[in-house]
Amino acid sequence: MRYLPQTPEDRQAMLAAIGARSVDELFVDVPREVQLDGPIRDLPMHAGEMAVEAHMKALAKRNHAAGDMPFFLGAGAYRHHVPASVDHIIQRGEFLTAYTPYQPEIAQGTLQTLFEFQTQVARLFGVDVANASMYDGSTACWEAIVMARRITKRGKAVLSSGLHPHYVSVCDTMARFTKDQLVYEAPTLDAVGDNEALLDQIDDETSCVVVQYPDILGRISDMSALAEKAHAHKALLIAVVTEPVALGAIKSPGEMDADIVVGEGQSLGVGLQFGGPYVGLFGCKQKYVRQMPGRLCGETVDAEGKRGFVLTLSTREQHIRREKATSNICTNSGLCALAFTAHMTLLGEKGLRELALLNHKKAVQVADRLNAIKGVSLLNDSFFNEFTLVLDQDARPIVRRLADQRILAGVSLGRLYPDDEKLAHGLLVAVTETSTDEEVEQLATALESQLS
Amino acid sequence: MNMLATGRPTKQEENLIMPDQTATETHTGNRALMVDEPLIFERGSVDRCGVDLPEAPVVENRLGAMDRSASIGLPGLSEAEAVRHYTRLSRQNYAIDVGLFPLGSCTMKHNPRLNEKMARLKGFADIHPLQPMESVQGALQTIYELADWLKKLTGMPAVAMSPKAGAHGELCGILAIRSALEARGDAREVILVPESAHGTNPATAAFAGYKVEDIPANDAGRVDLNALKARLGPDVAGVMITNPNTCGLFEPDMKAISDAVHDAGGLVYCDGANFNAIVGRVRPGDLGVDAMHINLHKTFSTPHGGGGPGSGPVVFSEALAPYAPLPFVEINDDGHYYLVEEETAEDHHESSFGRMVAFHGQMGMFTRALTYMLSHGADGLKQVSEDAVLNANYILRQLEDILDAPFAHSGPCMHEALFSDKGFSNELSTLDLAKGMIDEGYHPMTMYFPLVVHGAMLVEPTETESKAAIDEFIGAFRSVAKRAKAGDEDLKTAPHHAPRRRLDETLAARKPILVWKEPEEFAEAAE
Amino acid sequence: MSRYFTEEHEWVDVEGDTATIGITEYAQEQLGDIVFVETPEVGATLEQGDDAAVVESVKAASDVYAAVSGEVIEVNEALEEEPALVNSSAEEDGWFYRATLSDKDELSDLMDEKAYKAFIENL
Repeated sequence: MRYLPQTPEDRQAMLAAIGARSVDELFVDVPREVQLDGPIRDLPMHAGEMAVEAHMKALAKRNHAAGDMPFFLGAGAYRHHVPASVDHIIQRGEFLTAYTPYQPEIAQGTLQTLFEFQTQVARLFGVDVANASMYDGSTACWEAIVMARRITKRGKAVLSSGLHPHYVSVCDTMARFTKDQLVYEAPTLDAVGDNEALLDQIDDETSCVVVQYPDILGRISDMSALAEKAHAHKALLIAVVTEPVALGAIKSPGEMDADIVVGEGQSLGVGLQFGGPYVGLFGCKQKYVRQMPGRLCGETVDAEGKRGFVLTLSTREQHIRREKATSNICTNSGLCALAFTAHMTLLGEKGLRELALLNHKKAVQVADRLNAIKGVSLLNDSFFNEFTLVLDQDARPIVRRLADQRILAGVSLGRLYPDDEKLAHGLLVAVTETSTDEEVEQLATALESQLS
Repeated sequence: MNMLATGRPTKQEENLIMPDQTATETHTGNRALMVDEPLIFERGSVDRCGVDLPEAPVVENRLGAMDRSASIGLPGLSEAEAVRHYTRLSRQNYAIDVGLFPLGSCTMKHNPRLNEKMARLKGFADIHPLQPMESVQGALQTIYELADWLKKLTGMPAVAMSPKAGAHGELCGILAIRSALEARGDAREVILVPESAHGTNPATAAFAGYKVEDIPANDAGRVDLNALKARLGPDVAGVMITNPNTCGLFEPDMKAISDAVHDAGGLVYCDGANFNAIVGRVRPGDLGVDAMHINLHKTFSTPHGGGGPGSGPVVFSEALAPYAPLPFVEINDDGHYYLVEEETAEDHHESSFGRMVAFHGQMGMFTRALTYMLSHGADGLKQVSEDAVLNANYILRQLEDILDAPFAHSGPCMHEALFSDKGFSNELSTLDLAKGMIDEGYHPMTMYFPLVVHGAMLVEPTETESKAAIDEFIGAFRSVAKRAKAGDEDLKTAPHHAPRRRLDETLAARKPILVWKEPEEFAEAAE
Repeated sequence: MSRYFTEEHEWVDVEGDTATIGITEYAQEQLGDIVFVETPEVGATLEQGDDAAVVESVKAASDVYAAVSGEVIEVNEALEEEPALVNSSAEEDGWFYRATLSDKDELSDLMDEKAYKAFIENL
């Protein structure tokens, strides 16, 4: 078997050296009655590469790949073009098959790229420091709320209605166990987000206010007033960014005085992958650095005075602090962080800004084109690369019918908020640099015919 | 104060040494293929770019006057420079592809490249999680098939696929336990965890709102069953047991432990990090386990990637199955796969404790793990655990004459061998031995874990190492161990040949520098 | 002024009603390089045995318990910039915090210097 290098002769020689007659003797501590007599039944036996490939390819073929048809889905996962070199870089065996860099002398490759990643994320977010990644945006969002509780010693978090419903659901689940109180209402189909309304919710019991930027309906709003009021009440402002490419065009949350900024890095380097693995981004102000969850990479020198990098501030983490750790996170999303940083390095600031504007301007074009269709109305006054259309009927069945025609039209609000009648006509459409004019026309034509 | 002086020594001053004066100097400071590579912030510039983008359409912005005008500070590199940057950095890393990686508890087995090829098929890689379910039947079927393998391998009736890593899976299991007890109207406050457990265990239990108490070990390095039974009571929600345990030993009383916990009204969480020792041979379901997380990036060969991504699905017993988190995949009578999310939860899974993560879990790791399972098959996986255990025992017996192995006298080990620093002289430590191994061309074994053994060294070769590779490793380990026992002063300043000498971790913790600052910025900050 | 010691390796200097608390030379020796000290909050009321502070070395975080009950009136701000003071001067400049004693009787539970020296010799 190709992954098992031992030969029967090797095994015999080793057993002899151990002084055992068979490998069964080595399992003597395992009660006989729980040891199976042979390979587990109802599972297939081993297979060569060709057979395995055939099986997996058959499964893959049953899926509509985004690149094969007009594709306009977003809602927290975005289809961007990842330069060919990124995949080659992350497949280098020294990156792919390396471990967490606990022995820094032979892990400077991983550590230096993490340091570069942390710096890029901090600068992108406009904050002082960032960690070496979390699992994804939704768990990073929850960890930020937990961090705000640790800092303020208060248990009431105010969530904007513009926060992704899956993120809300995750926070809701966790809060039931930790007894945090979450204040949240589903969004409404208004051109303007609920930042104004949120101001009224902030009081001396608030630990944090959590806003998504741009929000779930694609709306962009200034959060400076929220930061000011939160700080006046000694609460924290947490900003959630599900589309980091947006920060190549719009102000960073850090510039608006957000205390913690978290997000989903999937857009850069990582690819859609049906929802995972993704990469959580987590940054904050300098004064809160010791309260941050997750791994941190720091600069130092070696015994010869050469600059090097190490994991640091580890005493916050589970393997040392155990019950009192800032989080239980151990493995995070190292290889995806590498993909993110490599993609960001290839873009550079100039490329990121160009990419962002390209996304935005294409989205503006598409929004206007679709808005012109009878039965369609554009909700947003402002947006980055994703906007909400309000149809004259329920959007979810239309999305399904268009999918049957091999057009992936977007995410219906009915899919995200299944019980909310008020949102049923809403359709989220995301436009990135990967959509062609032909595909846009196909969508427009198909949508028009569905609605007439 | 509670003196946590266990663990590795950290005094820095003794480590500072002068550069080796006899080494040949080079102009660049490079040493042939070992090239020092600056940061992108030192190499690149904000107006350099390695990507060609099409022209943007000519339309007015609609960003709501929120334009980002201030400079961001993100350098770019051309494609050639970027590839060279990362290639040079990669060469400063040890990896499984480079050599045997003996990290106990991490299962650093070979990462098959077929896994990578399959994960990149566009039908897996280029699909969006929120596409209509009819358009992703293959993806849903993949998750369903993998779930089926996991259930059959563990003998458990249900599995939650969404946790993103082992620790996340632990949280999932403990929250399910808590939900089950609360549903019974019998919320309890305490979780018992062996002293030897991995730090994620008590951290997870605390996160879920439990008080954590230690279970002592007996002289044979196993859970003290009598002490456990004495502590069980109406306030104990359950136990978190690692089996095989962190000393590399199987808990022969596991069934009795489970029975005792169940009799007392509690539930059993099993940390499945060491599943590689028994996969295909023993099913945790037969040991009375209620929840167990599985590390796909350990037992099932998905790559470690320098620190993730992992994947931690959790198998559940009948008692906990109703509480499993959303979402998961089911199949209806006409063979159609669908996701149970918040929408359908009320009909299908009303007791689920909720959603733990956006979207559906680590699909990229599912495709890799399923590819691996299909490759090995049931027979291959049984061979995996046999070879893993054989390899570890071989290492144990080949070294026990020269290194103290605290449990070697009580019988065989499982898939990992445990040694201590007893007999080292001249104040040499496990850390020094580990750094000596680096010079020999190996990543060190797990050190100072589990905490219950002084200067612990935990060695897990895995089944993907040949006898020849293991013999070479044993030779190197013996050599460095001999030096440690003889008090070889040079070990105190090892490694000598790695890209970096020992790094000052004290400085990194006292004065954390976590991001790059331009030199002027740095000078300002220091004022 | 008198100095008292605890079995948990803390020292307590008492002057009138004010106590100054730190960890002993023996403790800092055992802990290795100290990288961070989390001091209690000024104004906090601590009972004897409560968690008072945390001492972090690179690879461990040790809890320091309140040797005596009282209200915290001052913390050693120098430790923020220079946690190494705990290593170089544990029993002088590396003090952690000052508190007003609420129950002077608690001091009778503590050791004097001679008793502490004997105590650590037997460890």
